[in-house]
Amino acid sequence: MLETINRLILPQVSSTFAADVDGLFTFINVASAIILLGITVAIIYFSVKYKRKSEDDVTPVIRYNTTLELTWTIIPLILILIVFAWGFRGHIDMRTPPSNAYEVYVTANSFFWQFTYPNGVQTTDELYVPAGRPVKLIMQSRDVIHSFFVPDFRVKQDVLPGRYTTAWFQTLGTGEHVIFCTEYCGSGHSDMDGMVYAIEPEEFDAWLREQKELSEQELPLAVLGQNLYQQQGCAGCHSLDGNVVIGPSFQGLYMDERQGADGSSRVADEDYLRESINNPGEFITSGFNNIMPGYSYLSEDQVSAIIEFIKEQQ
Amino acid sequence: MSAATKDFKIREFPVEENPKEHYLNAASGLKSWLFTVDHKRIGLMYLASIIFFFFVGGLLALALRLELWEPARTFMDADTYNRVFTLHGAVMVFLFIIPSIPAALGNFFLPMMLGAKDVAFPKLNLLSFWIYSFGALFTLYSIAHGGVDTGWTFYTPYSTSTGTAVISMTLGVFIMGFSSILTGINFIVTVHKMRAPGQTWGKLPLFIWSLYATAIIQVLATPVLAITLLLLIMERTLGVGIFDPALGGDPVLYQHFFWFYSHPAVYIMIVPAFGIISEIISTFSKKTIFGYWLIALSSLAIAFTGFLVWGHHMFVSGQSELSTIIFSFLTFFVGIPTGIKILNWVATMYKGSIDMKTPMLYAMMFLFLFSIGGFTGIMLGALSVNVHLHDTYYVVAHFHYVMMGGTVFAFLAGIHYWWPKMTGKMYNELWAKIASVVLFIGFNVTFLPQFVMGSQGMPRRYYSYIEQFQTLHQTSTVGSWVLGLGFIIVGIYLTISLFSKANKASSNPWGARALEWMSSSPPPHHNFNHTPVVLHNPYDFHKPISEFRLGIDGSDNHHEHTEVAQTQPAEKS
Repeated sequence: MLETINRLILPQVSSTFAADVDGLFTFINVASAIILLGITVAIIYFSVKYKRKSEDDVTPVIRYNTTLELTWTIIPLILILIVFAWGFRGHIDMRTPPSNAYEVYVTANSFFWQFTYPNGVQTTDELYVPAGRPVKLIMQSRDVIHSFFVPDFRVKQDVLPGRYTTAWFQTLGTGEHVIFCTEYCGSGHSDMDGMVYAIEPEEFDAWLREQKELSEQELPLAVLGQNLYQQQGCAGCHSLDGNVVIGPSFQGLYMDERQGADGSSRVADEDYLRESINNPGEFITSGFNNIMPGYSYLSEDQVSAIIEFIKEQQ
Repeated sequence: MSAATKDFKIREFPVEENPKEHYLNAASGLKSWLFTVDHKRIGLMYLASIIFFFFVGGLLALALRLELWEPARTFMDADTYNRVFTLHGAVMVFLFIIPSIPAALGNFFLPMMLGAKDVAFPKLNLLSFWIYSFGALFTLYSIAHGGVDTGWTFYTPYSTSTGTAVISMTLGVFIMGFSSILTGINFIVTVHKMRAPGQTWGKLPLFIWSLYATAIIQVLATPVLAITLLLLIMERTLGVGIFDPALGGDPVLYQHFFWFYSHPAVYIMIVPAFGIISEIISTFSKKTIFGYWLIALSSLAIAFTGFLVWGHHMFVSGQSELSTIIFSFLTFFVGIPTGIKILNWVATMYKGSIDMKTPMLYAMMFLFLFSIGGFTGIMLGALSVNVHLHDTYYVVAHFHYVMMGGTVFAFLAGIHYWWPKMTGKMYNELWAKIASVVLFIGFNVTFLPQFVMGSQGMPRRYYSYIEQFQTLHQTSTVGSWVLGLGFIIVGIYLTISLFSKANKASSNPWGARALEWMSSSPPPHHNFNHTPVVLHNPYDFHKPISEFRLGIDGSDNHHEHTEVAQTQPAEKS
């Protein structure tokens, strides 16, 4: 029966830690439920049995009972030591990645996740991992604090600017698992989700090679721009159909006259677009917040490719 | 009894019923309220202010719950939602719950329970109220100027980079901190120096013990919050790199500073509630409190341990593994004194004479809800489970069970317990019971589903969510409407009780033994027209009530002598 309840209130068990976490979760719930039931029954029983009969009721003077006080100090003490030790052991496992773990670099941005694989392939909001193999994530943020959370794995770790934090997991099989950002990071916090795709190791190797080849192909600028639009997370905030998501839509943006929050206005020519990619805080269009991170790490070619792509969105 | 009191002759002072003159009609006009040094009037002004802010925070909560009806947009955009949840948290924490019990009920009853005519520094007490109001104005200014979207925790570097009114908001909180510190100092001195003759530490009401423990935390912890917020303001305005890594700072340092205050602050919020529950359970069981010293000292133990566990808010923050383990270990030790309290309260009911009046009903609900809050706290303290539950709705549900199911239900218990004393009027008992049941149901319907969502992985502070969570979110939203209804009923019958003529309260409607009940309802301007003397523990229901109404013979001064009589020293501490 406990198993049935757990399946209703917990996510699926998809990593090597999950079962142990769920076991402790269940232990605390059951122990708490027993004690809570005891307290509740005592309250109701006393309330009925010792209901006031008259205003002159005389009650016995019971100030203290050492045995009782010791009992309800020592039993909880034992229980919390069990809980501490169990949680501690589980935590040590979570914090100790095996030395043979497959390493992926993770960069958190407002509001998307970038994953960089050892061969240089990059993906956005989609993390591909070999199923059943330990995977270590080496994470940092490009702006504010984010947090990487995969409920199915019971894994969570804050991602900080200016410092690496790590997390690791090993899936129990293939599958798709949702990623959430769990440290509040602003307007797009709740849209900062993603997916983990755990695929067969052979399939994973093939996928990695294929991506590498794709990235090395000579592409027309606008197509490269479109790829970057997906990879760099632009798509999370800038739509192509005129809808305002978090930032201005790219549709009809090129050569549009932009009204600034400070009252000035500028035409969205190539120079304007380049500045807005590298250093977005310089000119904020009226009605939007200054929340976009700068992309000055992109190469000139990449910036040109994105500009070409924007030009096509008329 | 010490030498200071041995020459006094004591006698019983009967309590005047339906007094013609009392603190409410001792003076009139707006100035008589705004510039009063009467702790009772200051308490009532606090009460009015916090009820106003509870109303504001409550409306914000209803708006949040309504927005979460649909997985995507219901009626507001993400930026508005982020401002609303920030304000809900900040208003409820800094403007409502921190001052709630100590500043309102504490101010009113601490001196009365000590048999004193006022707190030790009445003018400082008024100053605390004015500082609180001044800080509150800053908060209202921030709301008017676009609000704040950082969450009530103001985490850096988000709070140093967002374009919202962070500075005025944090300045408001900074200023209100001084109010909290001054009230704390005032209470500590009052408890040490102003106790009635014969009122040793072992005869202090447990509400006083809890306020005393709270005051210690207020005085020690609040300055750390002030420093932290000041550093945050410096970083934002002057670009001094404290927390922002781009300027050479450390964002996790902010979290350490913030929780060094804000974890003990959780005990500022809940420990006074424990005091109320002790008073009520003993009174309505008409029985000596079980384990007086354990309850009294566990408040101090919680206050002390509360300073050593701040890191449990940061298990996944990137702090060192060693600190994480130590903080987890220490966290569980807050559970022990808390559990002892709950079991002592239940044991007090054994063989009692239990009268399930509204305050007692709320106290029973408190025991149930707060226990759930406590157990889920143990869950969150367990390291490996915390990693999964951290920053999900599980945490939201947990602290609402502690803060709302705990503190707010205890506050409601206290309001209903002391309402006849404060106002001289009795509310409608039937409606009060109906409202308490409505609130209890509404509360559980609102927050129980949040435990489930959180366990399933629903992160907190999410404007939109995946469809899987919609049923639970909608259940929770329906619960919030029931809660709202409950508070409307409470507001109505309490207001009616004020204006109705036929429902005058007697001086001691519950048959309690503590000193505040040995004065008229409402009390006279100086609480007692004599100097009370204490012989017994305030929970000694087996002693005749006449022995709780003693005072120094010949001290029954009237107004022309009150200031002189005030200098009568209590036993030295």
